[in-house]
Formats: sequence, structure tokens, C-alpha cells
Amino acid sequence: MDAHTSSTCDMDELVELRRNLEEKSLEVDRLRQKLKLYEEHDKRHKAMLDCELINDNNLHTIPHLSVISKLENSSIARHSRQLILPEIGVKGQISIANTSVLIVGAGGLGCPSAIYLAAAGIGRLGIVDYDEVELSNLHRQVLHTEDRIGIEKSASVTTAIKGLNSSVVCIPYHMSLNSSNAIQVIQQYDIVLDCTDNVATRYLLNDACVLTGKPLVSGSALRFEGQVTVYNTQDGPCYRCLFPIPPPPETVTNCSDGGVLGVVPGIIGCIQALETLKIASGIGASYCQKLLVFDGIDGTFRTIKLRSKKKNCVVCSENPTITQLIDYEQFCGSKATDKSKTVKLLSNENRISVENYANIVKEKHYHVLVDVRTPCEMDICQLPNTINIPITEVGKNNDNMHKLKTAIDKLTDQVQTVPVYVVCRLGNDSQSAVQILQEMLSDLPVTIKDIRGGLVQWAKKIDPEFPQY
Amino acid sequence: MAASSQTGMSITLEFSGGAELLFGKVKKHHISLDESTTAWTIKKLLIWVKDNLLKERPELFLQGETVRPGILVLVNDADWELLGELEYEIKENDNIVFISTLHGG
Repeated sequence: MDAHTSSTCDMDELVELRRNLEEKSLEVDRLRQKLKLYEEHDKRHKAMLDCELINDNNLHTIPHLSVISKLENSSIARHSRQLILPEIGVKGQISIANTSVLIVGAGGLGCPSAIYLAAAGIGRLGIVDYDEVELSNLHRQVLHTEDRIGIEKSASVTTAIKGLNSSVVCIPYHMSLNSSNAIQVIQQYDIVLDCTDNVATRYLLNDACVLTGKPLVSGSALRFEGQVTVYNTQDGPCYRCLFPIPPPPETVTNCSDGGVLGVVPGIIGCIQALETLKIASGIGASYCQKLLVFDGIDGTFRTIKLRSKKKNCVVCSENPTITQLIDYEQFCGSKATDKSKTVKLLSNENRISVENYANIVKEKHYHVLVDVRTPCEMDICQLPNTINIPITEVGKNNDNMHKLKTAIDKLTDQVQTVPVYVVCRLGNDSQSAVQILQEMLSDLPVTIKDIRGGLVQWAKKIDPEFPQY
Repeated sequence: MAASSQTGMSITLEFSGGAELLFGKVKKHHISLDESTTAWTIKKLLIWVKDNLLKERPELFLQGETVRPGILVLVNDADWELLGELEYEIKENDNIVFISTLHGG
């Protein structure tokens, strides 16, 4: 009996052991595969970083461009189709090969301009960007790839350029330009491309280009529109001649708030590359003292004649008051990035955390939830039982506001004061909305609060399945 | 009203670069300015625009009596600076464009 029991036990143990072993060996396989993936990624990353990244500490080490006076056979073959254009010719091609171009911003404008300049045989290309590649960049920043997510943008562009034309000397700067390093960087180049995304850096580049005497090929894009002007060349105006005073920060929209269709900066970046090649080859720029306005919705290109150099311009006139770089973030009242900033308009008692709101939902407390994003954003994702009042409509006399009042009315039978929570993507607009609603609904029995950090925090802390955009 | 708009001056106003968002998302406006004893300058037009066309947040379009920094004004495709800015006298069929400069990339 004992023997029988023990043998049954052994059998069970054996089955268990086998199952266990199989599970563990599967686990080992999984770990091996994971390790292999990481090792490959690491190897790829190292291969990409084959080029030395330049930063504030090794600024002086950048490779020089060796000047050529004749074209090699390989260069003749590669550039034959543009070489036979009389406007370019051998002379123009040699000039292009002897030109150093600095691209500031390796994003939606920087990617297309970099790749066309490299394809055309530009001699040396500096790429400046402080940022790393993210998934949400890929729809417009087309030189970056899925397997380079997380890698420095300047290194990623360098990898793409080397793949297309290995004879271009490409220098990745993983850093932001500021008033203490911009002159040193720009001095090493002949032409500068403004492919940045913020006002402060645009003024910095303008002043640095005026002080060092470099042409500035400036592009910008948002939504379906783009603009190009070439500053500080052919006796034309500089950026400050046109815009002596920076725009109020609240009037500036970035791509993550306003949106942008990827091909629009693509078109603008290509025109920047074209203008640069015309300067480099000696043809000269077309958009000097002119503004190109591209409207992708209407399909129109419009060229506008701009004012000439301003006689009393603070930086480019004969008697400038700005003779060295200043603090541009202070001058513009905004940061030198396009990252959305978080504002704090409300005191803590007028706000709740996403955790607290999650509890309110879980415990089914009576409340009204208002989302102040646009209908287009509501289509992407929303929390259940939301009343949508776009921020521009909050406080106005309209159907949505009527809906809110009805919802509050219904709950006044159940609770003494009706809690109203306001949400948006990041928790900025929701605060402005609370301020407006508190004033507007002051005669109703309500408490109105905003959900701190908005839907981005909701996705991060409460529901990882909730979409982020 | 109808009679005065017939004898008034017809011009076209355009808004771009995001400025149209303050004008009900309409980029192009054909308008008629009433006959007036004083000339229609751009200065006078801006007040008219504020009272008649601007749908929201005037501070995003105007600052004092002129446009806010960062908006270019063009008359018939030329920078208004070449034409006297606020004092420019508007003529029949003029095309006046307000462009908000973009900064994205």
C-alpha cells in the first residue's frame, strides 16, 4: 500500500517535474531571444554612433572640409544629370562640393533638406538637434526609422546621409544652440538652414548669422501651411528687420498642439534645400527679400515682396545696438524648444488628481465630466460619459453649454452640490475652462475642478491602454 | 444699407498662417466699405475688422491700434511697409492679406 502510494506520488512528481522543466526551458528560450534582440539593437546603435557626436565639450574637434578644384570620375558619374545643367555645370558642382551647410533642427524640415543637400553632393553637413527620435516624429521626420527610436536625431540623420552619399562629411551635434556656443558653431559653415520649431532659436540664429555674415535659409510649417524666406544675403533684410518684436508667446502654436501634415514640412524643407544649392552654386537665392507662402489646402504658392533692410535694425543696420548674442528665451518670453509647457492657473483646491478622479468613477459618485478638447481630438479617445465643450466654446451661449446645465440640473435632486470635473489632453486648457465656468455658473450649486495633467496623466497612471497622442 | 454697400468700396481681405482661426476659419472675405468722408486707411480698416469680422480673442490679432507682432500685412502682394503701413489709403479692389508667421518645424 505504502509502496503503491509512494509510486503514485513519484508519478505525480515526475509529471510536475517534466512540466516544470519544459516551462523553464521555454523561459530560457525566451530570455535568449530577448538577449539576442537587445544585443542586435546595441550593435546597431553602436554602428550608428560610429560617428563622434559633437557637444559643448568637443566643439573644436569637427573635421575640416578639404577644398577640391576638380571633380573625380565617380563624382562626375554620380552628379551627371545636374552637371549638364548649364546653370550648375562643373563650376557650380565644385562650389557645391566646397560648401559647408549647417542644418539646425533634424525634424520635419531638417530631414528633407539634409537628404537633398547630401544627394546633390554638398561638401560638409552639420546637423544640430538636442532631441531623440520618438514614434510621433516619424510621420514627418522621414529620415528617422522605427529601429532608431530613442537614438539621437543628429546621429540618425547622419546614418541616413551616409547611406545615400558616403562622400559627404556629416557632423552630428547632439546639443542645443544658445548664445554661448552658436557663434563658434556657425563660424565653421557657409550657409545656415533654420529648420527649428521655436521663436527663441529663430532670433538666436538670425543674430548669429548677421554677426558672422552667413545667409540664413529659413523655413517653417504648421497644419497645412508653410513659409520660406532667405535672410541676410544679397543685401536683403534680416529676420529682425521684418519682426523687430517677438510675437506674444500665447499667439505661437507648436506642431504638437496645432498639428501638421508630414508632407507640408517636406515640401518646405525641399525648397530650403533648393535655395541653399542655388546660393552654393552661385545662382543666388530667389526668396531673398521675399516670402513664399504655401497653402496645402488651397494648393497655392504665393510669393510676397517684403520690405528692404531696415535702416535702424538693431542688429543688421550700420549702427547696431546688438553686437553680441543676448538671452533669447528672455527676449521672447518662451523656451527654446517646442515642447508643450504646463501652466498653473488654479490653486490646488480647484484641482484633483487622476487617481482621485479614478476613485470617483469607481465608487460611482455623482458628477459631471466636461472635456474641452476639439471634436477631432475627441474622436481619437475619450473617457466615458463626457460632455464635450471645445475650449473656444466654453462660456458661450451654445448647445454644449446648454447640455452641461441640463446635466447639472438633473443631479441637483441627488446631491446638494454637483461636482463638475474638467479634463483636456495636458491639463492646461482645462484650467482656463474651470476659471470661465466658475464665473459663469456661480449661481448654480456646483463645485468645478480640473483634472491635473489631463488625459496624458490618465494614460500614464490609471489606464495604460488609453491612447496617447 | 444695401444702397450704401453698392456705392461703397469693394475689397478682399485674406487671413492665413492661423490668423483665419480668429475669423470663423474663413480665409477669404469679400467686403464692402461704406462711403465715408474720411479716407479708408488700414488704421480705420483694422477698427472695422475688429467690430465686424473678428470672432474671438482680439488680443491675438491686434495690439493697440495696429496688428500684433508676428503678423505681416500685405497690400496686393506687397509688404505694407513699402506703402505707408497704417496710413495707406485703401483703393477699390485692393487685396489685403494678414499672415501670421509660422514657427513650427
